[in-house]
Amino acid sequence: MGDAIVVTSGKGGVGKTTTSANVGTALALLGKKVCMVDTDIGLRNLDVVMGLENRIVYDLVDVAEGRCRLQQALVKDKRFEELYMLPAAQTKDKHDVSPEQVRDIVLELKKEFDFVIIDCPAGIEQGFRNAVAGADRAIVVTTPENAAVRDADRVIGLLEQSQITAKLVINRIRPAMLKTGDMLEIDEVCQVLAIDLLGIVPDDEKVIKSANAGEPTVMDPSSRAAIAYRNIARRILGDMVPLMPLDEKSAGMFKRFRKFLGIG
Amino acid sequence: MTDKQHITIKGVKDGLVFILDDRCEFSALLDELHYKLEKTHQQLLTGPLMHVNVKLGSRETTDDEKEQIKSVLRQQGNLLVQSIQSDSELQSLMGSNQQELKVMSGIIRSGQVVTHEGSLLLLGDLHPGGSIVCTGDIYVMGTLAGMAHAGSEGRMDVIIAASLLKPTQLRIADVISRPPEEWLTGDAAMEYAFLQEGVMQVDKTTQLFRMRREPLVYKGV
Repeated sequence: MGDAIVVTSGKGGVGKTTTSANVGTALALLGKKVCMVDTDIGLRNLDVVMGLENRIVYDLVDVAEGRCRLQQALVKDKRFEELYMLPAAQTKDKHDVSPEQVRDIVLELKKEFDFVIIDCPAGIEQGFRNAVAGADRAIVVTTPENAAVRDADRVIGLLEQSQITAKLVINRIRPAMLKTGDMLEIDEVCQVLAIDLLGIVPDDEKVIKSANAGEPTVMDPSSRAAIAYRNIARRILGDMVPLMPLDEKSAGMFKRFRKFLGIG
Repeated sequence: MTDKQHITIKGVKDGLVFILDDRCEFSALLDELHYKLEKTHQQLLTGPLMHVNVKLGSRETTDDEKEQIKSVLRQQGNLLVQSIQSDSELQSLMGSNQQELKVMSGIIRSGQVVTHEGSLLLLGDLHPGGSIVCTGDIYVMGTLAGMAHAGSEGRMDVIIAASLLKPTQLRIADVISRPPEEWLTGDAAMEYAFLQEGVMQVDKTTQLFRMRREPLVYKGV
């Protein structure tokens, strides 16, 4: 029996889909059998980030309403043998499936996969209830902004009511702003939300670039965000991995020399 | 009638209320009641059937004395005694509620509301967006960062105390207040909010004894 993990945040635009795609891919990279489920019906994005948009035949609503078998709707990843995705429907909306239907689908998937990563839509309405219905644990994504932390707090409360334990991922950290004190400290966020920290992800332009290219960031080991997501995947598997240092790598000799001369 | 009147009769929506003075002799009260019913208020008090509620103020009465009042009123024929109440009874009714202190531990997160009849002691934090609504006092051993409403049914003498008081909003009875800059002392001291002449004030909890004036019995050598 596999493990179903819902990725949620409450607030939109903090990086739920990016986190789902990257954590899912990172787990596949570590040799696990993974299925990602997009529950953002009507506003599906996971397939775009994964670059699998043109391979979709059936979707989650088709499975829920019995128009196809679950196996038919699963889209196999182009990079990994054991990475699959169940896309959301684009033409329907969140009320076209019920939490019970999603729970049944997730239960079915758990029999076959090591991990089921559920990408949750923003908000706390029907879409959220659908996404949470089948989950065993949760990853709450937030950014170091007050509004995102507030929404994360709300969502953690709702998850606790459903008896789902949540762990925190702080996304889009800008080390330079942390240093000047213009951004919420990591410790501060953890203290306010009072849940375990699963990982921190620095802000990285490469994430946007690779998402546009339909290639998850984790594939590019030169990206700092990629390393962060790989660390998160290892922590999900139970490894003890220290938090990555946020300071930029100290510049090389040559760069420092150029800087010294004022031409760097 | 040369004396000060001991009985006030008021008409309310569903009948009459007899308010009896609680400082005079009981016998004087009975005499006046007889006098009023038979002499001065005779025209007023005859006619269709009327419900009567009797309020005794803070007078302590025996069942026998209550029965005497009832029988006097019954003589009139059209007065139906519904209740005879004294404040001390009311207070003991309410008092049991006020004394009830509920202790709960945990985090009240955004969107969650805890309501309680009586006072509440929270061992944990109240997050922004979360709220506590109590008819009595609110004590938070932790950070109070959300909304706290004490005395939600109108009590003005209640307080809101917290280890770290940095609320989004505080309410006591009908007074709503948000923290102005001067509240945030930044000290590590525990603080509490209270009403002073209808205005919300915040002070260190060590000053609370000045407001409450509860008798303290020190036992020691």
